[in-house]
Amino acid sequence: MELTNAIILLLNYTILPALTYGSQLALGAIFVTLIYGILRFANFATGDMMSFGTMFAVLLTYYFQSIGISFGVLPTALLTIPFAIFMMIFYMLTIDKFVFSYYRVKKSPPVQLAMVSVGVMFVTQAIIRIIIGPFDRRFLDGEKFILKATEFKEMTGLSEGLTIKSTQVLTIFITIVVVSIMFWFLNKTKTGTSMRAYSDNEDLALLSGIDPKRVVLITWVIAGILATIGGILYGLDKSYRPFVYFNNMLPIFAAAIVGGIGNPFGAFLGGYVIAFAEIFLTYAYKKFFAYLLPEALEPNSMVQLLSTDYKFAISFSILVLVLLFRPSGIFEGKKI
Amino acid sequence: MKQYSNVIAAYSIMIILIILVGVFQSWSIALTILNYCLISAVMTMGANIQWGYAGLINFGIMGYTALGGLAVVLVSVAPVEEAWRLGGFNMMICIGIIVAMIYSIRYVLKKIDKSKKRNYLIASIIIIGLLLLRIISTPAIESIESVEPAKTGYLGGLGMPVLFSWIVGAFFAGGLAYVIGKIALGLRADYLAIATLLIAEIIVSIIKHEEWLARGVKNVIGLKRPAPYEIDLQTTPWFINLVEKFHSAKLELINSVTERQDALNQLVIDASSVYVKLCFAGMFLIVVIILLIITQKALYSPWGRKMRAIRDNEEAASAMGKNVVKEHLLIFVLGSAIVGIAGAMMVTNDGLFTPGSYRPMRYTFVIWVMVIVGGTGNNFGAILGGFVVWFLWVEAAPIALFFINLFTSHLPETNEVKIHLINSASYFRFLMVGIGLLIIMRYRPKGILPEKIIKQ
Repeated sequence: MELTNAIILLLNYTILPALTYGSQLALGAIFVTLIYGILRFANFATGDMMSFGTMFAVLLTYYFQSIGISFGVLPTALLTIPFAIFMMIFYMLTIDKFVFSYYRVKKSPPVQLAMVSVGVMFVTQAIIRIIIGPFDRRFLDGEKFILKATEFKEMTGLSEGLTIKSTQVLTIFITIVVVSIMFWFLNKTKTGTSMRAYSDNEDLALLSGIDPKRVVLITWVIAGILATIGGILYGLDKSYRPFVYFNNMLPIFAAAIVGGIGNPFGAFLGGYVIAFAEIFLTYAYKKFFAYLLPEALEPNSMVQLLSTDYKFAISFSILVLVLLFRPSGIFEGKKI
Repeated sequence: MKQYSNVIAAYSIMIILIILVGVFQSWSIALTILNYCLISAVMTMGANIQWGYAGLINFGIMGYTALGGLAVVLVSVAPVEEAWRLGGFNMMICIGIIVAMIYSIRYVLKKIDKSKKRNYLIASIIIIGLLLLRIISTPAIESIESVEPAKTGYLGGLGMPVLFSWIVGAFFAGGLAYVIGKIALGLRADYLAIATLLIAEIIVSIIKHEEWLARGVKNVIGLKRPAPYEIDLQTTPWFINLVEKFHSAKLELINSVTERQDALNQLVIDASSVYVKLCFAGMFLIVVIILLIITQKALYSPWGRKMRAIRDNEEAASAMGKNVVKEHLLIFVLGSAIVGIAGAMMVTNDGLFTPGSYRPMRYTFVIWVMVIVGGTGNNFGAILGGFVVWFLWVEAAPIALFFINLFTSHLPETNEVKIHLINSASYFRFLMVGIGLLIIMRYRPKGILPEKIIKQ
């Protein structure tokens, strides 16, 4: 009994939140890694691009709510995803046409493209703040919980409750669907194969008749889908605030590099590595040990390895360690 | 002289712009902008040394700036004796443990061959060290933070003159850069950018959350100043006389004695704030000029030529027997030290240390825009970049407001779009800086004042 309680406690406070947060990071990390692998630059506008897509979802959700459209028990924001993705892809392609393509054709060094993406970051941030402002916004509606702690306690008779938020299940479910479709696309279809070929060896791919413009276009389309869905899921789970999205760029980069940049499958796993590390290292295990150990041995302190203030610092430290010892990432598995 | 003509032209335009602000807004604002321009110029020079001379991309500027600011607190604030008595000894032991850890790891690395045994040994040293640190520091930190938490709650500093902290700031930042450089300089350019950005975040989060060190997010206010205080100036006779002489023509027009006295008081208050800012501007200008002379000399010395050779072709330079790794590390440390000075200058100017305000947007990306816009590899360009971009950053809101009013003048005052735009005028600074960067990168990739190679 005590053991079940301890497991439920961990599940409730660490594993479920980590899986959710990890999924959100994973989507962003695949976005970073695709851009890096195919367009060959570190995109510093990542967080703001995710924020841009989410902004449309927020605005459309408010609009739908005002005209009385809802999605029943599910959040209305899910209905807005196609529109938000459309706007996002349109914005990305515009930016690509007017900004990035010039440097790509000129074959500028990646550093220059990264600096250009800093410029794009400024502009995107300005547009977002001018349109929606810098404030915190919540746009979650519908049913908030699938399972409440009290219900769980009644059901099982345990003293520890388990809360399952609908956003947690939605995030994990949607991530799995989106990511599996994407991997199927990259590995099984002809376009996906041509993208992988372009990423591995540009010259050879061009020689074998792959149209670079098409590859770039498809890359931005996939990136737009990932960025928007990742951003919306994060916003539903926590809240939408432009500054937080900009900051999320950092753990997303960490996830992409931990997984081996340019490798989408690694990035996917990297997201979870970062999320689990952040949450497991900052969780206070006092109650957990109180369940497991006999009373005499119960700890007095919080049994917290690091204070939650250092959440971000943990993912960055992991990144620094990975860069030092395995610069090509910890998952040297399939490349795209 | 002729080769400097565009430098002179660009600088005169900048000075005229600042004077225009003085005339149309107020001299106090103009001097505030000038001071920040000078601080930005120092930061930009530091980043420019790394990027322009050696091609190293360092996105960790925020971290060095914060360390420079920390130096001001640790050097100039008077020590909190109560806190030292309660927890100082334990904290000293902690520092000793950290040093011992580093040395024992280095010893293990040197003496034992690469093997599993060595890895386990290092891991156990780290774990034992962290446990010891935890046990010793926790009670000490608690007791330090409980000493008058509203006012102090930290160890305080050394109580030395504040100007000394600028040098200490340079050493702090340089020391951190040495460690980061040892770790990360072998990375590819974009990896280095990301790694330095994240390491800077770690540094700032440590400064933010270790309250025993510098009060963290509770901020340290009322730092010492190398310039006189406004309140003291307003009661100093020579200063009042000076203001009276300066404005004598204006004052004589007022007949009533009490009215004249009131007018004089107001003028003295205004003048005191201008005087203090002028003092700061003078000090910052001295720093900028010294740094400019040194960097200029360095750029055209054999060492500068070597750096450019390494930047342009690493393999060739190392084939010629130049130690690329060593030179990269050296320039990384030097550039970061300059940024550290700027961080200390900024905190001195503000008189307060607010770790919560160190954000990558303001302290890394804007500085990089300055470097790119001004001209990479050109010290005059770096200073100009600091001036231009900071000026835009500050004056963007008034400029945007002017254009919004111009374009929406046909709309009624109650129009929602107009109200929304006017309320978000301050965000146009991101737009202006971003578009400025994109335009410069596209049409003048070497910056306003491009690098000049003088053939000896």
